[in-house]
Amino acid sequence: MPKTLFEKIWDSHVVVDKDDGHSLLYMDRHLVHEVTSPQAFDGLRLNKRKVRRPDLTFATMDHNVPTNDRSLPIIDQISARQIQVLEKNCKDFGIELFDIHSPNQGIVHVIGPELGITLPGTTIVCGDSHTSTHGAFGTFAFGIGTSDVEHVLATQCIWLEKPKTFEIRIEGKRKNPHAVTAKDIILSVIKQIGTAGGTGTVIEYRGETISELSMEQRMTVCNMSIEAGARAGLIAPDKKTYEYLRGRKYVPKNYDEFVNYWRENLKSDLGAHFDKSFTLYADKISPQVSWGTNPAMTTDVTGSVPFPEEYSKGNPDEEKAAIKALQYMGLKPGTPMIEIPLDRIFIGSCTNSRLEDLIEASLVIKGKKIAPKLRAMVVPGSQLVKKQAEQLNLDKIFTDAGFEWRESGCSMCLGMNPDILTSGERCASTSNRNFEGRQGAGGRTHLVSPVMAAAAALEGHFVDVREFDLN
Amino acid sequence: MESFKKIKSIASPLDKVNVDTDQIIPKQFLKLVQKTGFGQYLFYDWRFENGNKPRADFVLNNPKYHDSKILLTRDNFGCGSSREHATWALLDYGFRVVISPSFADIFYNNCFKNGILPIKLDSQNIEKLFKNSSEIEVDLQNQTIKTEDITIPFEIENHRKKTLLEGLDDITITLQYEDKITQYEKSKNEF
Repeated sequence: MPKTLFEKIWDSHVVVDKDDGHSLLYMDRHLVHEVTSPQAFDGLRLNKRKVRRPDLTFATMDHNVPTNDRSLPIIDQISARQIQVLEKNCKDFGIELFDIHSPNQGIVHVIGPELGITLPGTTIVCGDSHTSTHGAFGTFAFGIGTSDVEHVLATQCIWLEKPKTFEIRIEGKRKNPHAVTAKDIILSVIKQIGTAGGTGTVIEYRGETISELSMEQRMTVCNMSIEAGARAGLIAPDKKTYEYLRGRKYVPKNYDEFVNYWRENLKSDLGAHFDKSFTLYADKISPQVSWGTNPAMTTDVTGSVPFPEEYSKGNPDEEKAAIKALQYMGLKPGTPMIEIPLDRIFIGSCTNSRLEDLIEASLVIKGKKIAPKLRAMVVPGSQLVKKQAEQLNLDKIFTDAGFEWRESGCSMCLGMNPDILTSGERCASTSNRNFEGRQGAGGRTHLVSPVMAAAAALEGHFVDVREFDLN
Repeated sequence: MESFKKIKSIASPLDKVNVDTDQIIPKQFLKLVQKTGFGQYLFYDWRFENGNKPRADFVLNNPKYHDSKILLTRDNFGCGSSREHATWALLDYGFRVVISPSFADIFYNNCFKNGILPIKLDSQNIEKLFKNSSEIEVDLQNQTIKTEDITIPFEIENHRKKTLLEGLDDITITLQYEDKITQYEKSKNEF
């Protein structure tokens, strides 16, 4: 019987199949960070348990690390404590740690792929919902809670009910690939299927547009699978995947043998059945801007803030939510998106902080200045991204334009470190969540692509980046 | 983990869709390194004005619901971040049951690891419970929710029911399969 890519990966990782519908699955890699792991390590100590496979476990600190000068002490004592606790836990349990001074430090979902820890056909877990990012490599990768972090540390396995499969096809060619980005593709998907559209499923993204995306763009798409409610997102690996990983630090020594195996085995069979399907045409996609307090509350940059009754399409709960969202966001229905003034710009996060994101954004701002009174920052996803960007002089382009150029971390995507919005501040952000208070209590987040954020920085309000010459 | 059998309490009606875990427990409280003490920060930005003044219009600030152990809410509860701190905050505050038409996957799973029973009900029955203002009884063994007037059955996966009823620890169960895990490791190609 023809199988989907997800079913093949699932089948090759089942350790125990229970007849009541749940299975024990083996995890090839476990990524650990400072915020969701302390209680898990405590649990191990309490029960005198060891980490079963420290060699398959990698840790870094990203969520609450400051992004200013790394030679300075961390002022927030509680953050400093969490970082020290991770250092101690990794030492006690023999886990490799990329600490705050490591050249490999960075957002866990940026460093996994760039170090070759992420591999096709494997399983990866991490105590972070954006673990779906790694699916861009044909990896079944998903976020877990702290109890499951403890479970994987102790057993290298996890109990799961088999998710359903969801095929999302993006077909055709984008009219302007520099301006209509992977971020606009995934926001358009979420806008249409909703924030619970993928609940209980693993999405496989397919179609011509997906094949044409670079690896970094594919990561942006898979990253936001969780914003559609999906357990994970997947893209079948191809030549681009194998070339991206070749030569990276942790890929297996006999790499070509693996590539041969992956090439033969890691794709959905012709005629494989998906439980759900959805298709979007790339030529219909415009640059997106979110207007509300969840990622489905998004519209074209050429559009306006919607009226709640128009957005809710007759669902009274959604209408109430839209009224509340507009109140929180301080927006009036009917306002053109391009007239919304901004206070802050954030380019960063596990969605959009990789080298290509920074290169594309730099094309928009090169030789120009950001609008007066605006505060704009770039937070590279990892130390490696930062170094590569500096070799290309991107830091100079950004700082000349008036951006702050920071050290790597999650930063203002979730505002656990000092990078936050103050109440009422409005931000164009390349991150993934526009929830109330996400970037700081009372802060107002609009999700956009890096080029849209850069263009908005120049004008002080949203603009259609298709009007810029980016070639 | 504390086992779950039966609970009788008034239900707190949180009439919102897509309640995300950032709302359940805002990020500034994720820095604690233990599992307890999160209840005081539950729904922090909705519960308090300027960080300390209770907002009169928020449901949990109504004295009627102060001892409530059941949270009644709308679609897609617990979406967003995987933070288990959201579950710890609900538990620490006193909630043992969350009733909703649908839950986000990671949150749903986290509940069972902490002795909280998440119940999925169809919208019609949810509506009935929103209209009911007296105590309700949730009985896991019999899979029923009883009000003064009606009894509503609910579905739950068998293995999850067993885990909750017996307060079982997942890791202890899994370690019984130690030989299977070792066998799997030996059989596969190591990366």
